[in-house]
Amino acid sequence: MALDRWIALAFIALCCVYGYAAFFTMDAQLPPILRRNPVWPSTFPKILTVLGLIVGFIVLFSRKPNTGAAPKEGAIDLTRLGDYHIGQAIALLVLMVVYALTLRPLGFLGSTVGFLVLGSLILGERRFHILIPVAMLAAGSIWYLVQEVLGIFLRPLPAMFM
Amino acid sequence: MLEGILIGLATAVTPFNLMMVVAGCVIGTLIGMLPGLGPMSIIAIMIPVAIGIGDPTSALILLSGVYYGAIFGGSTSSILLNAPGVAGTVATAFDGYPLARKGQAGKALTIAAIASFAGGTIGAILLMIFAPALSTVALLFHSAEYFALMVVGLSAIAAFAGTGQVAKALMMTLLGLMLGSVGEGALSNTPRFTFGLMELQSGFSFITLAMAMFALPEALFLVMNPARAATGEGGKISKLRISGAEARSIAPVIGRQSIQGFFIGVLPGAGATIASFLGYAVERNIAKGAEQDEFGKGSIKGVAAPESANNAACTGSFVPLLTLGIPGSGTTAILLGALLALNVTPGPRLMVDEPGVFWAVIISMYLGNLVLLILNLPLIPYIAKILTIPRTFLIPFILFFTLMGSYLGQNNSTELLILVGFGVVATILRFADYPLAPLLIGFILGVMLENNFARAMQLYRGFDFILERPMTLALLVLAILLMVLPGLRNLRARKRAGGVADGD
Repeated sequence: MALDRWIALAFIALCCVYGYAAFFTMDAQLPPILRRNPVWPSTFPKILTVLGLIVGFIVLFSRKPNTGAAPKEGAIDLTRLGDYHIGQAIALLVLMVVYALTLRPLGFLGSTVGFLVLGSLILGERRFHILIPVAMLAAGSIWYLVQEVLGIFLRPLPAMFM
Repeated sequence: MLEGILIGLATAVTPFNLMMVVAGCVIGTLIGMLPGLGPMSIIAIMIPVAIGIGDPTSALILLSGVYYGAIFGGSTSSILLNAPGVAGTVATAFDGYPLARKGQAGKALTIAAIASFAGGTIGAILLMIFAPALSTVALLFHSAEYFALMVVGLSAIAAFAGTGQVAKALMMTLLGLMLGSVGEGALSNTPRFTFGLMELQSGFSFITLAMAMFALPEALFLVMNPARAATGEGGKISKLRISGAEARSIAPVIGRQSIQGFFIGVLPGAGATIASFLGYAVERNIAKGAEQDEFGKGSIKGVAAPESANNAACTGSFVPLLTLGIPGSGTTAILLGALLALNVTPGPRLMVDEPGVFWAVIISMYLGNLVLLILNLPLIPYIAKILTIPRTFLIPFILFFTLMGSYLGQNNSTELLILVGFGVVATILRFADYPLAPLLIGFILGVMLENNFARAMQLYRGFDFILERPMTLALLVLAILLMVLPGLRNLRARKRAGGVADGD
């Protein structure tokens, strides 16, 4: 089965969960006065569930149109997934999660410099004499722009220092 | 009207107000370029500055300069990085980014600048002519018609997704609508689909979703397939100029979309986003043969259409604000707040009581568009230098800006985890060739769609509004036709082809 049908199947499963929540759990909390309303908070989700199931099954069971088009230039070809730098992509995603978790405890400046340096390292950059100053300059100037010019609070240093 | 124009000129062309126009456009362009900071957040940030000025005319001139500056700046990051910072420029990325990858980033930016300028200027002329008349047309639309109009918009976007893609696009639209229903609904303040998580109480953030759908998969694709990053001319921006033939081919597009965009912008709730998507879809449908195939692969018309439409719509969205006092979009709602703080009440009396404010704003729109053009055309080669940065530096920075964009909106690091999660899902969807724009549009329109639906249901005590309001019925029938026709056409084509099953 092609990937797009697996996705359609996952979408149908999602609709079932969403529909279960809409049909069976939401109305119980509704205060009696709102029950007289022609439209309930669950009305729209119920309609979406039904439409979603119909469209999901159409995608799941419809025949694939034989477009015969050549794959787009630069597009990702799933059959040769092994040739791509999947490891790097996953490492970067993990790095983003680590950044999200360290942003508060480490402070903006520390975690951002770390993110930019490690991100470039993952991609194969080894010129540290450029890499580290660029990362520090970028982190510093963005912090200044956001905090001082725009006035949005960003904790610059680890929590124990301020 | 002539008297009004003269009053406006006298007010707008003072050194201080001219400075405000330039300052607004520069600030708007620079911040709008950062993915994640849209016009709404920039204007909200600038409000304390504007109120500090004290004079309502200068303040409004500054804020509207920031508004179109931000829309223009957003198109730059859409074209160069495929990371639209503003919902209204998502459609620009469809063709702008492929052009940039072909090494024609300079041309794409030039077309964007010219189309924006034309859209904004034509919009300002139309605003001057139609502002009083249009307020009556907008009043004819009730919530039932808004609901139907949005359904038409959503199904049109799905219908124009391309052959064999309509069902997939509809699926993505519905997924977007479902994501939009997470959080506290407008109907009653009961949280929906939050599964007890505090973080989901206010729903998903639009910016996070936009980053996850567009910027993140693109960056990941760049990592996985380095060949994708290669630009035709090694990133050198040499071709800024557009040829005479190209100018002739985009001129009618700009003209049509400026007018269409303006009228869509006038309708409350529609605004620059719908105008740009609809403008793109309409031009794609009008184009013939090879030109139509080029859409999505780097068509210059595909850049010109959304750019002129979104700028014209920005101007158009001032019509309900200035003539009715009703903001048509989030951005004009913030402007309304600023005006009230400055002791100016927009509404039908504004033109009579404070003609200076009304006309000065319109005149400043011309000036603002001129400033944007003068500012941006010479700067394009420098802006486009972004493409010459080596990818080992560029990709961490793109990822960092997507993270920052969604973090700044909510100041919450859980948002970053949601971003990564949606980014992975979006990348898988991209693998399977699912269009992601319908998802985002469904998400943006979901709340408005449900609110108007609920209001119509409450007014008519049920589904009667569909039958009792002929315009609603006609629009809904149109929506169904739009969804069903491509499928029927496919079926007929398949029958004609002789029915050899090609299963997979």
